[in-house]
Amino acid sequence: MTSVTTEGAGRLRRTATRVRGTGRVRRGALPYLLLLPALLLELLIHLVPMVMGILMSFRELTQFFIRDWSRAPWTGFDNYDLAVDVNRPVGEALLGSFLTTCLFTLLSVALCWFLGTAAAVFMQENFRGRGVLRALFLVPYALPVYAAVITWAFMFQRDNGLVNHVIHDQLGLGGAEHTFWLLGDNSFWALLIVSVWKGWPFAFLIVMAALQNIPKELYEAAALDGAGIWQQIRRITLPSVGAVNQVLILVLFLWTFNDFNTPFVLFGKSAPEAADLISIHIYQSSFVTWNFGTGSAMSVLLLLFLLLVTAVYLFLTSRGRRDADA
Amino acid sequence: MPDHRPRARTRSALDPPLSFKVIRAVFLTLLTGFVALPVYVMITSSLKPLSDVAGAFRWIPSGLTVRPYIDIWHTVPLAKYFLNSLIVAGAATVCSVVIAVFAAYAVSRYRFRGKRLFTVTVLSTQMFPGILFLLPLFLIFVNIGNTTGVALYGSRGGLILTYLTFSLPFSIWMLIGYFDSVPRDLDEAATVDGCGPLGALFRVVVPAAVPGIVAVAVYAFMTAWGEVLFASVMTNDTTRTLAVGLQGYSTQNDVYWNQIMAASLVVSIPVVAGFLLLQRYLVAGLTAGAVK
Repeated sequence: MTSVTTEGAGRLRRTATRVRGTGRVRRGALPYLLLLPALLLELLIHLVPMVMGILMSFRELTQFFIRDWSRAPWTGFDNYDLAVDVNRPVGEALLGSFLTTCLFTLLSVALCWFLGTAAAVFMQENFRGRGVLRALFLVPYALPVYAAVITWAFMFQRDNGLVNHVIHDQLGLGGAEHTFWLLGDNSFWALLIVSVWKGWPFAFLIVMAALQNIPKELYEAAALDGAGIWQQIRRITLPSVGAVNQVLILVLFLWTFNDFNTPFVLFGKSAPEAADLISIHIYQSSFVTWNFGTGSAMSVLLLLFLLLVTAVYLFLTSRGRRDADA
Repeated sequence: MPDHRPRARTRSALDPPLSFKVIRAVFLTLLTGFVALPVYVMITSSLKPLSDVAGAFRWIPSGLTVRPYIDIWHTVPLAKYFLNSLIVAGAATVCSVVIAVFAAYAVSRYRFRGKRLFTVTVLSTQMFPGILFLLPLFLIFVNIGNTTGVALYGSRGGLILTYLTFSLPFSIWMLIGYFDSVPRDLDEAATVDGCGPLGALFRVVVPAAVPGIVAVAVYAFMTAWGEVLFASVMTNDTTRTLAVGLQGYSTQNDVYWNQIMAASLVVSIPVVAGFLLLQRYLVAGLTAGAVK
């Protein structure tokens, strides 16, 4: 755009030129320049590793080839065969871990959603101590994972933990012999409790924010019509958070399904079989037994599963929303 | 923009019935107990002598001592881990927020080819498990080290780069929401008054979105401060962060639970305080995407 040289060109004209100027830039290279750093980094930290991960999954990548992975022999779909063949130990263990993760995720998401929603509904109205309670409820969410989970690990210790002290010594339940919580079948429940403790405040936060958008008049009208508080909750409060729930449940699902930090801090590099979540399982297959090829194949399968679930979920919920709108 | 409307919203003029109050009281009491239990254990155990935490659990410490708070700095090099965590989380936060400011401005204010592809990609990378990026990044770092001599593996720089895998998409996504909430008229007026696009960004949009940018930064910092997966694979003795370093309180013979609890408390206080101070802004941002 040329500068305004004509004498007497007013401010209006200059303004018009600038506006047209911006219009031109807005369609031009500027947005790409602004995006450039982000694009380069995305390429470096997401795209390249992902492509590499897929390539790695077709190779027999053991510790001998870590120094130069391109020399690892190409094996086609062998890693995938190994991962999905449930008649052999690797596939059988992966399937077990996958099913454990599914059950764990289902229970954890359901409990997180329930606790978060109930707490948000009960705290919709003001009462004495509400602010303090709200701050306290956010503490599990704010604490660094390792600090919080290590405290739970301490509480679940067999000999000097709080849980066994209360159950066995104080309540006299479960016999004199202390229970193992971080080994064996009980480890599933220990992990679930920690996961719910850590995860429910997020549901609480989101639902609470959604409840603030409900017009007060709705409740007033309902009260005038003689609806009691339970009816108001059932007819107004819960339906109003429906749209938010769709996103909330998806996010909770993805976080719980992918969670590595909680089991890793609770159990270490190898989780007990009953609590062997998929991300720990892949970690162990890769970094403990040093088979990156199989680990990569498992990662790719996990990614495909997550993409599929997300796509189906979004399709179903968006169709539900369209039906509701119609 | 954060919502400053009063949070208290009286549902109806009528006082809720007794049944509601009783159920509410029981539910909230149980939930409070569940939430507060580990906090109680963390605080009291951090003040117990070792004999107390080694034996059967005691609700009330036999004697209060601040020794664990002194010993934590010697049993493991906690100060060094603290510094490493601070550098790594801080640098990851600054990098991702600065880069995200530009990207989010472009997405929020411009129409361009590939915009939808970009936002969908950014959003979808947030759902990928960290383990997916861990293996390739590990091998890339090792291979770069072998061929060029640049030691990314085990270095703070390498760890910062891996932290961007989760903090960058998150920051971009949140900032788009915040920038969208700044009225377009404001920066258009600034452009008319002679600001370039970058001038409009830094003189109008960024100042108007400061609470949002602070919230994104706090959240990115918090996530990086608590990260375990990359930290446990990508660090060595000199670059170890708190996430890995706290495991050093368990030795072959003893587990210094009182020191573990004291150290956990010390490393938690900065982020918990920051979070509670800024949670209103955070909530506004987290929910903006979900509620829309």
